[in-house]
Amino acid sequence: MPNAFWCIVEDDRNGSPKKVMAEVIGEASRLAPGRVEAVWLTDKASEAGLKQLGEWGAAKVLLLEHAALAPYRSEVWVAAAAELAAKEAPKAIFAPVTSRQREFAARLAARLGVGLAADSVGFALDGDTLVATRPVYAGKLLSRVTWAKAPWVATLRPNVFRPADTQPGKTAPVERPTVAAAGAQMQFVERREEVSTGLPELTEAETVISGGRGMKGPENYVILEELGRVIGAAVGASRAAVDAGWRPHRFQIGQTGRTISPKLYLGFGVSGAIQHLAGMRTSKVIVAVNKDPEAPIFKIADFGIVADLFEVVPELTKEFKKLLDK
Amino acid sequence: MKILVTVKQVPDTATQVKIAPDGKTIDPTGITWIVSPYDEFAVEEALRIKEKRGQGEVVAVSLGPDRVKEALRSCLAMGCDRAIHLNDPVWATADTLATAKALAAAIKQEGPQLVLCGRQAIDDDMGAVTAQLAELLGWPCAYWIMEEAIDADGKSVRAARQVEGGLEVFDLPLPAILAAQKGLNEPRYPTLKGIMGAKKKEIRDVKAADLGWASEPPQLSIVGLQALPPRPPGRIIAGDVPTAVKELVRALREDAKAI
Ligand SMILES: Cc1cc2nc3c(=O)[nH]c(=O)nc-3n(C[C@H](O)[C@H](O)[C@H](O)COP(=O)(O)OP(=O)(O)OC[C@H]3O[C@@H](n4cnc5c(N)ncnc54)[C@H](O)[C@@H]3O)c2cc1C
Ligand SMILES: Nc1ncnc2c1ncn2[C@@H]1O[C@H](COP(=O)(O)O)[C@@H](O)[C@H]1O
Repeated sequence: MPNAFWCIVEDDRNGSPKKVMAEVIGEASRLAPGRVEAVWLTDKASEAGLKQLGEWGAAKVLLLEHAALAPYRSEVWVAAAAELAAKEAPKAIFAPVTSRQREFAARLAARLGVGLAADSVGFALDGDTLVATRPVYAGKLLSRVTWAKAPWVATLRPNVFRPADTQPGKTAPVERPTVAAAGAQMQFVERREEVSTGLPELTEAETVISGGRGMKGPENYVILEELGRVIGAAVGASRAAVDAGWRPHRFQIGQTGRTISPKLYLGFGVSGAIQHLAGMRTSKVIVAVNKDPEAPIFKIADFGIVADLFEVVPELTKEFKKLLDK
Repeated sequence: MKILVTVKQVPDTATQVKIAPDGKTIDPTGITWIVSPYDEFAVEEALRIKEKRGQGEVVAVSLGPDRVKEALRSCLAMGCDRAIHLNDPVWATADTLATAKALAAAIKQEGPQLVLCGRQAIDDDMGAVTAQLAELLGWPCAYWIMEEAIDADGKSVRAARQVEGGLEVFDLPLPAILAAQKGLNEPRYPTLKGIMGAKKKEIRDVKAADLGWASEPPQLSIVGLQALPPRPPGRIIAGDVPTAVKELVRALREDAKAI
């Protein structure tokens, strides 16, 4: 439908939309009630996944299902999405911040000749003008930006926007428009799966535990992982810990790592350097445990304990276990 | 093989940024400028490719005002062969798309086999220019790469990109464009010899007219910058560890409702 707010579906590669889509659809619905369409590019969508999009409040699902759409390649996705956009004339195109959507949204905006607001944390609609708010300069400032013309393309930071409420039984009609799948220049070779920790993905987790140089060595992260398992948290690290080789790069939080915005961040032995804060300062609740009362992280922490982390972590695990077993 | 690296000059994260009186830009006084860290990974990788192949040319390109020469100079000191400076006041309000268009025009003039960029510039944190360049050039593109290897014939590049849950490996025919992620390499420091040598290397100034650039308004414009709203004051929980931890758990559950 013309003037729709598109929400590009990020899925788990197994036919189900990721939870972050509830947030993207929730925000789009707040801005454009009744005009939200989920646009899903995939090689296989599941019935359960389609149902989920309806229950989150999408008015319609536009399903582009084609073997060439997986694994994701920007050239193929953009050709398909741009062809559909030309027919449908959406007003806005929203996607969650993930590694592929960041590239896809940027490339699509270039194809459509429109602006892109990446990693947005807020939107305000005023008549026919949309203004997005996004952190800049290592999160030290907020920039408000606006588009010269539609479609307004934006990516949304996970865990920031209020998720849509699930409306059990609500369904969305599914349309399967045909678009020509472009031939790809890039050839897929292989996927190297990382060893799963069994803990949530860093950028999506509602709770994140971060271990810094104070962890003293790679062997000590087991105590953070134990705590993570009890409270369902992802375990990340500071750059100091990553550069020391204690944790793989993908676990780094900060300016040159992942940007996270969980409901709860717990930092252990992290000093709170500006580059680390750049990646986590929009967390809702920040807890810091550090031996040094002068550590800068205490300036932005909601709760702090000045103590040895090796005493605090086991105690915390024990107390949370007690609480959550109840 | 000719490799082009795009580099953006950005404020050092450690320096304080203040909003200028226009409310839309930052006050440049007192700012230390650096090469955006991800672009250093891109420069390093380009130099390694050249060294490994034993031949080639690495060209650094940056768009920005006069001060950008300094950033280009440090890329030359690292080992780039020459530099191109897109330096014209018409680009003062360039958004990522306009930046990509200008860079794409320069790339077309140069005709490299490979373009390396950073994952994102750490001032605007858009992470967009690389993908937009790929679109404008019609080239294949791999984002957030952790490894790359060019085949012996220089016809294609195998790149591993970081995705949620692992790495995805692709073969891209050249010319192609890659966005460097942290972990790709450890950038070198310029040597004294490099720094001295850089003074003699060419930095070519390019004006909009040299690229046949038709002025166009930005598609995305800044309405205003604002300081972060302050966080509510925090609370240090005192007492011995077991007591403090009990209180923390209670506060997280009952006051903050975070667990
Ligand atoms: C261009 C650039 C980009 C960067 N990007 C990032 C980034 O993305 N992410 C990032 O994190 N950093 C980044 N950094 C590095 C950053 O500046 C800091 O060096 C880094 O964050 C420090 O990590 P840390 O807090 O773990 O270590 P430190 O600063 O060494 O702090 C360790 C802390 O642990 C405490 N401690 C020690 N032992 C204990 C104990 N037993 N119990 C409790 N507390 C203890 C100490 O008091 C100290 O405060 C970047 C730097 C640059 C220049
Ligand atoms: N003004 C510029 N000059 C040269 N390269 C740039 C410029 N802006 C962005 N880039 C390149 O594009 C990458 C992504 O930038 P951005 O989309 O602004 O986050 C950067 O890491 C640079 O490699």
